[in-house]
Amino acid sequence: MKARHRRFAWIAAGLVAIGVAVGLVLNAFQSNLVFFYSPSQVLSKEAPVGRPFRIGGMVESGSLQREKDSLTVRFVVTDTAQNVTVRYTGLLPDLFKEGKGVVAQGSLGPDGVFTATEVLAKHDENYMPPEAAAAIEQAHKGGQMKSSK
Amino acid sequence: MATNWYHYASPVTFYPLAGRLAPWFAAIAALLAAAGLWIGFGLAPTDATQGEAYRIIYIHVPTAWMAMFVYLVMAFWSALALAFNTRLSAMMAQALAPTGALMAALALWTGAFWGRPTWGTYWAWDARMTSTLILLFLYLGVIALRSAIDDPRRADRACAVLTLVGAVNVPIIYFSVRWWNTLHQGASVSLTAAPKMASLMLSGMLVMSFAAWAWCIAAALWRVRAIILERERGSAWVATLPGMGRSAGVPGQGPKGLRSPPPSRCATRVSD
Repeated sequence: MKARHRRFAWIAAGLVAIGVAVGLVLNAFQSNLVFFYSPSQVLSKEAPVGRPFRIGGMVESGSLQREKDSLTVRFVVTDTAQNVTVRYTGLLPDLFKEGKGVVAQGSLGPDGVFTATEVLAKHDENYMPPEAAAAIEQAHKGGQMKSSK
Repeated sequence: MATNWYHYASPVTFYPLAGRLAPWFAAIAALLAAAGLWIGFGLAPTDATQGEAYRIIYIHVPTAWMAMFVYLVMAFWSALALAFNTRLSAMMAQALAPTGALMAALALWTGAFWGRPTWGTYWAWDARMTSTLILLFLYLGVIALRSAIDDPRRADRACAVLTLVGAVNVPIIYFSVRWWNTLHQGASVSLTAAPKMASLMLSGMLVMSFAAWAWCIAAALWRVRAIILERERGSAWVATLPGMGRSAGVPGQGPKGLRSPPPSRCATRVSD
């Protein structure tokens, strides 16, 4: 074995050792690396208790309500399995929309309503012109009508 | 006829080769950037959800990709430098660090300006963004470590080890959006799935990515030439270069290259 081969083997072994160590660390901190919890996780008490956390999911269609003469809004965050009602006072981001992704920071009250201090919109990885989006929606609606018949 | 690649593993032969290649890569980068910006801002349609704000993707994604890719290339040269103890490999790694740092900084900066109008915040401590910030700090750390060690050969080894240790961060950045819940959306373009973008948007982004790639190569080649000159300034071949000949050729003083290099870390200036 030449000296440079031995050095190469040491480098490879070192990289593997570091990779394993980092993998174990990431595994141990798995729960802390999560940016938000889904409504199902929140309702099964996986979310931290007693300190603020973030909840993420889709804004359920038709759930957005504005209180009169104030900036307070209520909407339902869903992961299609479970729902959590969120209450927020402030300006919503431009991309906030029913049926789209949302991440809200705040804490869960005893009444099961999540009081948010910050609401962020989460968009998906699809990029398409408005005409294509309209066509997809049209096709989607057509499919739903067919299946409901 | 097979090219003997080891021929170019020496700074003496690589210096003129880098000088010949760099302008070509710079020209390719300029042409592709012009074409990519034209596609991205002139031809590509508006996005259905984000409106015009999405167009920062034409800078953000190419710089973010290059920030990760340049780091992997830097780790490759660092591994070669450690294993084979070759000078040029370490110089290549040294030359790539500032380019990679610039790409990471641009990715974070454009990301902030994209996040504000879409998500509603400049910054969030989600896994994708935090690991990209760590990547920027790794680049800055490698640059700082190099300037902290006076002996270039020792600096080579220390920087190579730090670079290789930091390389585990790159897969973390890449897979963060899959492994954890993040505010950052998943990958629109991957090797395993069809692209989730309109084709004109995708082609603009890919052309811009190749432009960024060519620019990184050109910048690294120009920087490695400066590094070669600075670190080989004591050797005879540098003294025979056209720009160096004037001081070396003065009669009575002897060739400058035969003297040992001055201990100060002054940069060697070249006129070509």
